[in-house]
Order: sequence, then C-alpha cells, then structure tokens
Amino acid sequence: MKRRFVLAATLAAVLAASPALAVMPDEQLPDTVLETRAVDISRELRCVVCQNQSIDDSAAPLARDMRIIVRERLVAGDTDAEVKAYLVARYGNYVLLRPPLQGDTWALWFAPFAVFLLAGAGVFGFAKSRSLPAPAPLSDADREKLERLRRARAETRSL
Amino acid sequence: MLRWIVFVPVALFAILAVTFGLGLRRDPSAIPSVLIDRPVPAFVLEPVKPGVAPFRQEDLKGKVSLLNVFASWCSACRYEHPTLMALAENNTIPIYGLDWKDEPRACLDYLERSGDPFVSIGGDMSGRAAIDLGVTGAPETFVIDKAGQIRYKHVGPITEDVWRDTIAPLVARLEAET
Repeated sequence: MKRRFVLAATLAAVLAASPALAVMPDEQLPDTVLETRAVDISRELRCVVCQNQSIDDSAAPLARDMRIIVRERLVAGDTDAEVKAYLVARYGNYVLLRPPLQGDTWALWFAPFAVFLLAGAGVFGFAKSRSLPAPAPLSDADREKLERLRRARAETRSL
Repeated sequence: MLRWIVFVPVALFAILAVTFGLGLRRDPSAIPSVLIDRPVPAFVLEPVKPGVAPFRQEDLKGKVSLLNVFASWCSACRYEHPTLMALAENNTIPIYGLDWKDEPRACLDYLERSGDPFVSIGGDMSGRAAIDLGVTGAPETFVIDKAGQIRYKHVGPITEDVWRDTIAPLVARLEAET
C-alpha cells in the first residue's frame, strides 16, 4: 500500500513539474493579469542574441533586459500592440517571431498556398490526361457472342 | 513530342535553386538596423572616466564620428582594439564609446592595460541606451554623420579590412557632405 502511494506521488510530481523557466522570479509582476500578458508578448518576441528563441525562453542578458522592458511598458499602461511597436522601433520587424502581413512579406505568407494550388492543378491535369475515353457501346454481334460465352460457362459449371 | 508544360517543373526548380542559392550567401546573423538615416536616440550616460561631463547624444553632432559599443567583458572587442587605437593615434576620426553593461572600474582597468582610443565614454549599466540603439551584441559600431544621424552600423569587430573597405570610404563621403 505504501509502495503504491510512493509511486503515485512520484508520478504526480513528475507530471506536475514544468520545464525550467528563463524568467527569473524578480522579473515577474505581482499583478497576475499583467504578468500573463507579459509572458504572452514575450513569447512573440525574438531574442536578438540567440535568434531562434523567444525572449521568454532565452537566458541571454539582453533577453532579460527586453523582458523587463515589456513589463515596464505594460505597467505604464501600454497595449500589447504598443509594447511590440516599442521594440520594433528599435530592432525592426526582425524582433517579431510572427512577421506582419505587409508589402514585402506577402510572398512569405502566400507562397505556400500558391505552391499548393499549383501542385493541385498539376495533379488534376495529369490525372485528367491519363483517364481513358468511355468505351463504345457493344454491337449486336458482340452482345450475341457474350451471351454465348456466358451460356457455355454456365454449362461447364453445372457439370 | 514534348509539350511546353513538361518544362514548367524544370523552370520552377531553377527559380527555387537560384532563390535558395542567393539566400545561402546571406549571413543569417546579420540583422538590418532600422535606425539607419535616423537621429541617434536621446541618451544621457554616466561618464566612465571620472571628473568629466555625462555623455549625451548631442555630443555627436557637428562632425563625422564613430560610436563604438564595447565592454571590458567582451572578447571580440579586444580583437578590434588595435584598429581603434590606430584611428585615434592618427586623429582619423573621433571615437565615442558606449560601455555596455559593464562596471566602470573594470572598463577603466581594461583601457589602462590596452590603451584608450575614446574621446568620451558613457556607461550603460542598465543596457537601455543599447536597446534604444538596437544593439544585439558587442562590439557594434555606428557611423554618425555631421547632423548626428546614424548612417551605418557595423556588427562585429572592426578589423583593418573592414575599416579600409567599408567604413573609411563611407566616412570620406560623409565628410564631404555639408
């Protein structure tokens, strides 16, 4: 019984454990609503040192500075969009992990769909070119021959 | 008989190959600065050298200058230090320093040992001025024109080659501007 309890407790502890966070306790805001918004924004912002991590994930000192700025802007009353705009004004769209839809990014956003449509059209055209024309209806002579063969087969079966 | 349509995949492949081929030649770590042709953002930084006035962005107006982001902890900065020293010794161009997230004491020790090429140094302990400048790492060097506008950002150490081939021609052009 005791053993089962230890097992269950261990399992619960393993399941409850979350991955180590880059965000230090001293950075977090006491206001949980603002802190949640800060985390959501931080996940959308690129760490410009490590480049493929969000600032929420990164342990780089510059990412820490940027997280603190995000929280300061939120406390100052900025909207989520204003916080992002603050960093975009300094680092460009590069700092956004999700690039905005605008003149120079439309190819990035729509090229996959264009390729998909193109490939679909190609497959459709290929399939169509391979399908055979419908066969001509049987002539009377063919019908008679078919009838004869069927009868012959039925006779051999009944033997 | 070959119909024209069979060449479509070949043409598409050629376009993709050229696109990716060009893409591979680009340096993915180079982040274009959005501050090019914009004024240096406002800052007032504590002087690292004792007994002088704070370093402000207005100090950069009226001449072509370099703003060098460095730190005593930055190993790549040591690599470019001789180039900066040579520029300072020949009075080629005034160099201003932004000492990024660094103890002033450590910075002064570093300059005592390897020489001080800087006209003035601002200490950016909090890293805010660096973020306003869109700094992604040290060293980075901004070329500032006479109007106090950022005209170029070099990421990484300024070697002799970088100075001769990239920055010196630009500085000469900016000097010619009125």
